[in-house]
Amino acid sequence: MTATTLDAIATVQKSPGYWNNVLRRFRRDPVAMFALFVVLALILMAVFAPLVAPADPYRASMLRRLRPIGTEGFPLGTDELGRDMLTRLIYGGRLSLLMGVTPVIIAFFVGSFIGITAGYLGGRVNTVLMRTIDVFFAFPSVLLAIALSGALGAGVFNGLLSLTIVFVPPIARIAESVTTAVRKIEYVEAARASGASAFTIVRVHVLGNVIGPIFVYATGLISVSLILASGLSFLGLGVKPPEPEWGLMLNTLRNAIYVQPWVAALPGLMIFITSISFNLLSDSLRSAMDVKS
Amino acid sequence: MSVFATEAPALKTPLLQINDLTKHFALNGGFLGRAAGVVRAVDGVSFDVAGGETLGIVGESGCGKSTTARLLVDLIRPDSGQVVIDGRLVGVDMSVREMRRHMQMVFQDSYASLNPRMTMEDAIAFGPMVNGESKARALGLAHELLAKVGLEPVRFAGRYPHELSGGQRQRVNIARALAFSPKIVILDEAVSALDKSVEAQVLNLLADLKSELNLTYIFISHDLNVVRHISDRVMVMYLGQVVEIGPVNSLYAQPAHPYTRALLGAMPSMDPDRRTMEAPLAGDPPNPINPPTGCRFHTRCKFAAEVCSQSQPIQHILADARHYAACHAYTPGSGHPGLGMSS
Repeated sequence: MTATTLDAIATVQKSPGYWNNVLRRFRRDPVAMFALFVVLALILMAVFAPLVAPADPYRASMLRRLRPIGTEGFPLGTDELGRDMLTRLIYGGRLSLLMGVTPVIIAFFVGSFIGITAGYLGGRVNTVLMRTIDVFFAFPSVLLAIALSGALGAGVFNGLLSLTIVFVPPIARIAESVTTAVRKIEYVEAARASGASAFTIVRVHVLGNVIGPIFVYATGLISVSLILASGLSFLGLGVKPPEPEWGLMLNTLRNAIYVQPWVAALPGLMIFITSISFNLLSDSLRSAMDVKS
Repeated sequence: MSVFATEAPALKTPLLQINDLTKHFALNGGFLGRAAGVVRAVDGVSFDVAGGETLGIVGESGCGKSTTARLLVDLIRPDSGQVVIDGRLVGVDMSVREMRRHMQMVFQDSYASLNPRMTMEDAIAFGPMVNGESKARALGLAHELLAKVGLEPVRFAGRYPHELSGGQRQRVNIARALAFSPKIVILDEAVSALDKSVEAQVLNLLADLKSELNLTYIFISHDLNVVRHISDRVMVMYLGQVVEIGPVNSLYAQPAHPYTRALLGAMPSMDPDRRTMEAPLAGDPPNPINPPTGCRFHTRCKFAAEVCSQSQPIQHILADARHYAACHAYTPGSGHPGLGMSS
């Protein structure tokens, strides 16, 4: 190799890569930017809850139970034990987001690993892995989550574990189907003909082409996870009182629905806003990726 | 005839010898995963390729051309058969990995052959890098090869596949195959998807590269005109078997096997007065799951005799010693009355 070829490498005209294009399209999408803003605001609010919240989320008072929205000192009213709703909604985001996002993140890695392994290796490995995964599809996801956390016992960790188990199968199935499709494309054959190991081919050629669709699918599951997590807490299987968590708050406030309907609906509103923001984010991501060039 | 004609390639020891290559695909779908049948995709294929020559492989779609190519580079594992390169048996005297450095492949679909998330230089450098070359050297090689296939490195090295035309992409695919400094390049319908003017350019490029790098080509195509133009010898396949193999002039001038005659008869003529008026062959090839007994072509052959459905014909040497055909008509005493014309 001569010095001139080395110089030439440095002056190569680089095209923007696929992910740069996706990012550019994503940034141009107003809905995506709005949803991203809401999600980031919710996350920041949860992380900095002690700084943002006006009161102590556990301080109860029998004298000021179920105050309406707009009460002096309690802008969003108080709950059935007289605790400040605004504070509890802010603190509730911590556990709700944790329960909503963590299972999907873990399931994204585990499910992708299982699915890509099954899809790339094919044959018997595929049959064994995917038929095992199929067993989980025999149960509706809500029932599976309830059954698992019921069997494991209530608590944040067990809730996370059962939700993770619920989300691994669908992600693995998506990962398997995209990987199976990619494996048959000729650039993978060409890579095999170059003598590269299966691991190298998956890392260099398969991963970059399958991770997009899997990621989009997983972000779509965050809203489901949020609602399931809230559902588990609502049934008393997730977070235990007096911890603030949106699903649990919805549960404990349900008796107040005739007294202070607006206050009782607030945790539900938070769940709705969060899950719809994640869904919009997922949709925008899908359309940003859904172009060949 | 051939632009690649080399001096007496048959006198050299064959660079590549293929003996009895066989691949039967099991059909799934039977009860409890039991095989519902086998597709005899490639059935006892044997041939030699001399160093520096171009062997054309022709046949209808589904005759096993592409499967043969994939078997050669072990993209599909053969059920049986031997691949010998330079007298060394692959799998015994030579590892599959080493074989792939000697024998590379270019696929038909130029777009699907390139990873959409990879720049051209990375695509070409990938092979050398997995074979232990440093990234800088591999990229340097990629740039040299891009220049060699007629793509200016500064403009094309950092591009992605969708930014290139089909012809340019196929040049990149050729460069990628050449990154291994292979002796043999298998071109599996490599120019079939290109339009005619681009096809001619790529064929010229292939001719230049061949003489410059002393390459040997296995050129698979359904385009009989292109095969005639580029090949030194031609092999005709039918339902996973070789029916005829011979020097390009001899085979095109005096096709021996009835199938080859039908195939050549179906070739569109440039002269409107010599247009073929009737379809030379009726129907589709029989199902390779249950191929006909005896000669596989007898169901569509107008010269079929009783013997044809009973026993499989063997390769028979014709007037030109390098021209073989597997047809009972040429085997004395086979009971076949002959084709009604001398050959």
